[in-house]
Amino acid sequence: MPSAPSPLHLAVALDAAGWHPAAWREPGARPRELFTARYWTDLVTEAERGLLDFVTIEDSLSLQSSSFTGPDGRTDQVRGRLDAVLVAARVAPLTRHIGLVPTAVVTHTEPFHVSKAVATLDYVSTGRAGVQVKVSGRADEAPHFGRRPAVPLRVDELDSPAGLALLKELFDEAGDYVEVLRRLWDSWEDDAEIRDAATGRFIDRDKLHYIDFTGERFSVKGPSITPRPPQGQPVVAALAHRAEPFRLVATSADVGFVTPRDTEDTRAILTEIRDAQATAGRDGETVHVFGDLVVFLDDDPAAAADRRARLEERAGAPYTSDARVFTGTPAELADLLLEGREAGLTGFRLRPAALPHDLERITRGLVPELQRRGAFRTAYEAATLRGLLGLPRPANRYAAL
Amino acid sequence: MSKPVKQIHLAAHFPGVNNSTVWSDPAAGSQIDFSSFAHLARTAERAKFDFLFLAEGLRLREQNGEIYDLDVVGRPDTFTVLTALAAVTEKLGLAGTINSTFNEPYEVARQFATLDHLSAGRAAWNVVTSWDEFTGQNFRRGGFLAQEDRYLRARQFLAATWELFDSWRGDEITADQDAGIFLTDPAPGRFDHHVDQFDISGHFNVPRSPQGRPVIFQAGDSEEGREFAASGADAIFTRHGTLEDGQAFYTDVKRRLARYGRTHDELKILPGVSFVLGDTDADAREKADVIRHQQVSGPTAIKLLEQLWNRDLGSYDPDGPLPTVDPLVGENTVARGRASVRMHRDPVATAARWRALAEEKDLSIRELIIAVTGRQSFIGSPATVAEALNHFVQSDASDGFILTPHLTPGGLDDFADTVVPLLQERGVFRREYEGDTLREHLGLGAAGAVRSDPAGAANRKAAS
Repeated sequence: MPSAPSPLHLAVALDAAGWHPAAWREPGARPRELFTARYWTDLVTEAERGLLDFVTIEDSLSLQSSSFTGPDGRTDQVRGRLDAVLVAARVAPLTRHIGLVPTAVVTHTEPFHVSKAVATLDYVSTGRAGVQVKVSGRADEAPHFGRRPAVPLRVDELDSPAGLALLKELFDEAGDYVEVLRRLWDSWEDDAEIRDAATGRFIDRDKLHYIDFTGERFSVKGPSITPRPPQGQPVVAALAHRAEPFRLVATSADVGFVTPRDTEDTRAILTEIRDAQATAGRDGETVHVFGDLVVFLDDDPAAAADRRARLEERAGAPYTSDARVFTGTPAELADLLLEGREAGLTGFRLRPAALPHDLERITRGLVPELQRRGAFRTAYEAATLRGLLGLPRPANRYAAL
Repeated sequence: MSKPVKQIHLAAHFPGVNNSTVWSDPAAGSQIDFSSFAHLARTAERAKFDFLFLAEGLRLREQNGEIYDLDVVGRPDTFTVLTALAAVTEKLGLAGTINSTFNEPYEVARQFATLDHLSAGRAAWNVVTSWDEFTGQNFRRGGFLAQEDRYLRARQFLAATWELFDSWRGDEITADQDAGIFLTDPAPGRFDHHVDQFDISGHFNVPRSPQGRPVIFQAGDSEEGREFAASGADAIFTRHGTLEDGQAFYTDVKRRLARYGRTHDELKILPGVSFVLGDTDADAREKADVIRHQQVSGPTAIKLLEQLWNRDLGSYDPDGPLPTVDPLVGENTVARGRASVRMHRDPVATAARWRALAEEKDLSIRELIIAVTGRQSFIGSPATVAEALNHFVQSDASDGFILTPHLTPGGLDDFADTVVPLLQERGVFRREYEGDTLREHLGLGAAGAVRSDPAGAANRKAAS
């Protein structure tokens, strides 16, 4: 007898007023509150009410722009954002179950800082932290740091030899970065703190480890200043559209977000990632592959289509995205998600086109629909993000067996 | 006419990774679980304190080539824990040490601006530099920055973040839904900063925060540090031990303010102090003696002595006399990653002084260390401590205090319950917060007021 298909995992990707650039003009939008704690708390609390596995919080080290080389000069779209790790930290004490996965740009930041920040997020959320690692090839971000040359490359040049070389460099560095994050999280054994009053020793220094990482772009000595976080290893995620990032997902991540066009494309992507996973010697490990979808959701299909048309009219252009765009009802979306599960996806990350509207249609429409079909949890079954994702708490690589 | 009564500023310092924390006490809790930070922050807010302060370290301390294991080890990321604390408090200021050597201005400015947004105007930054290559081994930059460049970088770092904080005026976002105009400026946050240490330009991507910029703290006592603080810091974190020393420092630093067009009240002087409370003064003194012996165990005494002597003294008996050999002078090799080793500018002279003191009073190594490493401590009944704190402030030895309890996280509870009400009865400490932002708690004038370029001023001073 075939085993019952495993329940779907569901995440939402939070970004400003939603993923459609005109979303901030919608009636329910709160564009003046995008930089307040209340706005983010309300969104994440709503996602938690829907029993979602986790939220991701987008970030970048430059102004949002439709251009890859710098600001686009538009005044009709949201510009400006807060540091995503800190948004997650601000929300953590006010939520109890949902995972918190902020974005960290790895190209311009320090792995030592990000490692302790995500470990600390794991402490403040008692085991619900993750991080979505993101490379930056943007020409306007490099001069913000002044440490590496800006590569003036357009998106349509990514397949040129120079583009491919840049991608390889950025993703190799990202792989090193994740390796350093993980080594630093392991640099304290779980029982390193002994508080042995008899000998006066607070820690057993033999259970703290130098990570001694040396890579092409940086080296890190360790150990971390922050003890091993509650999950041992917070969850590492990455968005992947093509070969280099697929390899990063396969070798380094716990969750990959992919953007298939259809079922056939889904199968092809999964084959590529699973093959790379095997090559990396990770066959035995769970690597989730989530499908990313932008969603315009309404109980009436015409309402969703009308809303999308209204937003497009305001934006002055048809809406396109790197991910597939879904417009329709929660029931229709449930059909699509279950089809994706058949093709091998273990979950989905939904990008609400407009916040809070599409988020509420996910939590109050889609989730009950999936529950009716026995495809989604009816209560949180674990206390940590790894627990929700069915990922074991990893053994410490430095601990003596 | 008598002088007007000064209002006292109070802050709580989460006990750090040194021997002030008595971790072996049964009442000691976790130094890393968020509940500990939340407990101390809530206590501080209940007591109407101005802010909570977090120190930072970027490499675990070592001594004799080994990770130091006698004190608390392990702490969280400063920004992350402060931002989480904004969720469990409403008014308390949130101050953190952030190093300018192994960070980049764009990132630090983003993090402080974010903390200020998410706390509705309660962020403060204690600007420090890293002095050792040892710490650099954890960072991309590595450890190559020369001593003189580190201070240059610190000044230029602060100036760069200042430019970033000021790159949004605060009126760019209109979010006019009907007109479809989110921004009045098509490319806000412009900056262009080209100096020795930074060659950066572009657009800062965090809109102006409630305080405009975080409250700026400066720690340290050097001539350069005093001038730097007078030119642009909002508060100084000092460690002056006696009333007389405190008054001398206070007078000196406040005198410097006029040179930068600043008034007496625009810079708060806040020594870090400890305290021990008892039912009676005698009871408190007894408790303080027990605590000092817990803080300075025999092995700890030897380790602290090694930090001055700069050599392995592991074979010495802590209950015996001081070494007769002199300290090794030169690059510090024994203790790495700790600030205390830098405090003794002339180790041989300090050792001679300590030896004379030990001989005069017949002190063992441990007793000597207890005698010379104590910081300003207010010991007594709540009434005695309240009186002493108030006397210190009214005598212009400080504007208030940053209190470091010796227990995590409940070490401030008694102070909040007993001393604070006495200060309130005397009319020298607030009963309720009057404002919402840290700048308002500290009486620093309007949020976002930027009067000068402090680092630039310090640069000009240094160059003249």
